[in-house]
Amino acid sequence: MGESNMVDARGLSCPQPAMLARQALQKLSKGTLEVVVDNNTARENVSRIAKNLGWEIDIDERSEDEVHLMMRK
Amino acid sequence: MTSILRFLTSRWGPIITGAVIGVLAPVLVKLGNPGNMGICMACFARDIAGALGLHNTGVVQYIRPEIIGGFLGAFIAALLFREFKPRTGSAPLVRFLLGMFAMFGALVFLGCPWRAYLRLAGGDWNAILGILGLVVGVGLGIVFLRMGFSLGRNRPAPKALGWIMPAFMILLLVFLLVEPQFGRDTSGNLTGPIFFSETGPGAMYAPLAVSLVFGLAIGFLAQRSRFCTVGAIRDMILLRDNHLLNGVLVLIVVAFVTNLILGQFAAGFEGQPVAHTNGLWNFGGMVLAGLAFTLAGGCPGRQLFLAGEGDGDAVMFFAGMLVGGGFSHTFSVASSPSGVAAFGPATVIVGLVICIVIGLTMREART
Repeated sequence: MGESNMVDARGLSCPQPAMLARQALQKLSKGTLEVVVDNNTARENVSRIAKNLGWEIDIDERSEDEVHLMMRK
Repeated sequence: MTSILRFLTSRWGPIITGAVIGVLAPVLVKLGNPGNMGICMACFARDIAGALGLHNTGVVQYIRPEIIGGFLGAFIAALLFREFKPRTGSAPLVRFLLGMFAMFGALVFLGCPWRAYLRLAGGDWNAILGILGLVVGVGLGIVFLRMGFSLGRNRPAPKALGWIMPAFMILLLVFLLVEPQFGRDTSGNLTGPIFFSETGPGAMYAPLAVSLVFGLAIGFLAQRSRFCTVGAIRDMILLRDNHLLNGVLVLIVVAFVTNLILGQFAAGFEGQPVAHTNGLWNFGGMVLAGLAFTLAGGCPGRQLFLAGEGDGDAVMFFAGMLVGGGFSHTFSVASSPSGVAAFGPATVIVGLVICIVIGLTMREART
């Protein structure tokens, strides 16, 4: 996976995680995108935005502060 | 029980939270809070600032238990659900300034976004221009977000940092209960360091225990559901996502119905409680507040609940609100029911300029 298909949203305030994920998903239109978050609010928000745009999500919880959201379409 | 609590992070979370606030806030008014001021983060922070002697406007000094309860409710929820994660480092100084200017804007209007919605639900049509101003301010903030505005990333902090704000809130509760009087004024009467209003809005409050428990309930629900009265507008415009907006709409409708039932609905512009009729500055004040809240990442309630999760940057925003609450009265910025104050409009313009500079200049520093 290329680096461009990855958004590191750790430590960012609302709405940046969801906004950056949405921008990346719209740019890709299909393929895969990985978004890294470090809190439940960002995880919920990014997941909801991705689902609204019709993407499937796999969650890889590596630690409490590093959750990888893998999106596919 | 767990399934009910998980429910709060679903799409129903903000809706339930909005409905609960919509009932509890008008009930607080019925039980003694000022009109359409069941909950107001700006008014209440200003009252606390006054109680602590940060301003000496005698009619708005009281330690509001709703704020203490709201914080502690979110804090308890964060601890229970393993979301208490102390963190800081995302431009705390800028967040302090944003808290201060958000406060100035809100007090020119006479209410935070929560109270703007509650005023609307009580029939105060002056709130309409305030809410329009809020939408414009949020829209302006979104322009900066799209241009790459960011206050940068926070970093995990030692657990102790997260306990500073709970300790401060407990101290406030002690001050509220004990009302210490250490000093003497020139006539030899006991005075300060804690000041409580004897007349005016600051002397109007629901029973302490009720305010505290209602605050706890609201803080708990809002932490779980991520309820945010500014995010509601922001996410709808920026992300086409109505998740939070549903909560705000339900709040307005339920508060309207509750006001009707309690006989508190009175439609009109004139004679509304703790409100003025200057439409231009009702609008302008909330443009500033909306912009500052958006740049900081959420409404004042959300900042308080984030502080409950151990977010030290949100604490800085709240500290800015307290200091701003003091300055807003000592510098004649805050409006009163008779109209805008001498330096209200000028402060809104200065605040807008400063917030726009913040919006244009703050970017994530590359390391």
